[in-house]
Amino acid sequence: MAQHKVNYTQNGGLPVALTSIDKIVNWGRSNSIWALTYGLACCGIEMMASGASRYDFDRFGTIFRASPRQADVMIVAGTLTKKHAEFIKRLYDQMTEPRWVISMGSCANTGGMFNTYATVQGVDRIIPVDLYLPGCAPRPETLQYGVMLLQKKIRANEASRAQKAKRLM
Amino acid sequence: MRAYTPKDDVQKKAYYSDRYYVSPQVPKLEVETDEVFAKDLEAIKSKFEVKEAFIQVEQLVIYINANDIYGVLELMRDELEYTQLSEMSAIDWLAKDNTFEIFYQMLSMNKRKRIRVKYFIQNGQAVDSVEKLFRSADWSEREMFDMFGIEANGHPFMKRILMPYDWHGYPLLKTYPLEGDEHAAWYEVDKIFGKEARDVIGPELRDTAKVDRYDSERFARLGYEVPKGTKITGDEPRNEESYQEEGGVFLIKKFDKKDSVVVDDPQR
Repeated sequence: MAQHKVNYTQNGGLPVALTSIDKIVNWGRSNSIWALTYGLACCGIEMMASGASRYDFDRFGTIFRASPRQADVMIVAGTLTKKHAEFIKRLYDQMTEPRWVISMGSCANTGGMFNTYATVQGVDRIIPVDLYLPGCAPRPETLQYGVMLLQKKIRANEASRAQKAKRLM
Repeated sequence: MRAYTPKDDVQKKAYYSDRYYVSPQVPKLEVETDEVFAKDLEAIKSKFEVKEAFIQVEQLVIYINANDIYGVLELMRDELEYTQLSEMSAIDWLAKDNTFEIFYQMLSMNKRKRIRVKYFIQNGQAVDSVEKLFRSADWSEREMFDMFGIEANGHPFMKRILMPYDWHGYPLLKTYPLEGDEHAAWYEVDKIFGKEARDVIGPELRDTAKVDRYDSERFARLGYEVPKGTKITGDEPRNEESYQEEGGVFLIKKFDKKDSVVVDDPQR
């Protein structure tokens, strides 16, 4: 028998945590939000800064992935042109459920200053958006706060029930 | 000093209403004032017809016939050392006399001079491609076709370069609305969801400053958020902004602002 020094009767008892399925699943989901690398314009620079060492997204469990099939959240960082609109829809459809979308910056929210023929006036015309971040461009702190709010939103859902798929129509 | 204009509601209206406003011209000089340009012009005039020539902002501007463009640029490249085509495009004069003005901006690194070659074409007329002379004309002529609808004869790949292939209209024409025609306004909806989805998605909101605080479908007042679709009366309770639930989160240490320490050591 191995000799070990864990005293199960002291210091809070057994090394066992009791919880519900909902909480443990949501804990896993909310603390490993893998993001799709999707910098479309200058907001992408702030998104990259959030991922780099000073702001350090890794401590939230957010790791940028190059494939939509491995991603949980799509951070639309930048101006969405009408030519690119069909591709954002295709990438969103390739992500596995459950999936979330953060619309980062004025351009992704409403078209921003590009009130022109070639810019989609808000990414929510194409895909359902969970979180809108204001700013032009938002600071990395804003994106981190947004991710923390998204974690809160994920924890508020019931994980045991099949989540209703989000659809625009 | 510029005359004072009242700026009370300057952001609401355009600062001028003439869409076809033509800015005043800077002075034009005789070609003889620059001996390098005078020699170049002589060489071009000996083989091709030059309709007009002058120097403007230290650049020689010449107007030629539309059919001569390949020959003129070939002469300038091979004999006059103008080895670069920096840029080329068109100017829309359709409102004035139904023509386009095509310009070619030439650069000589040896002579340190620039010449602008120009000619007019009628609306609907095609130009001769100079892609065989200058590779940079490849994309420039495609962009001219994309933005103005002017085709270049002899171009190897005459397709749109910036806008999608199934786009309608030519965006740099002065008659093209800045916010797009109906096809442009519904382009992404028609393409992704189909025309029947127009009613569901709704028209574009072009006024980005518009905020309706009684519309809980699309707006939320920070700190007074209500569930989507709730009718807003004005006496909503204040919501404390926090990123963690009150009872704490399973396996995650709660961040307490009162216990946090601000590091103000600049040498940290």
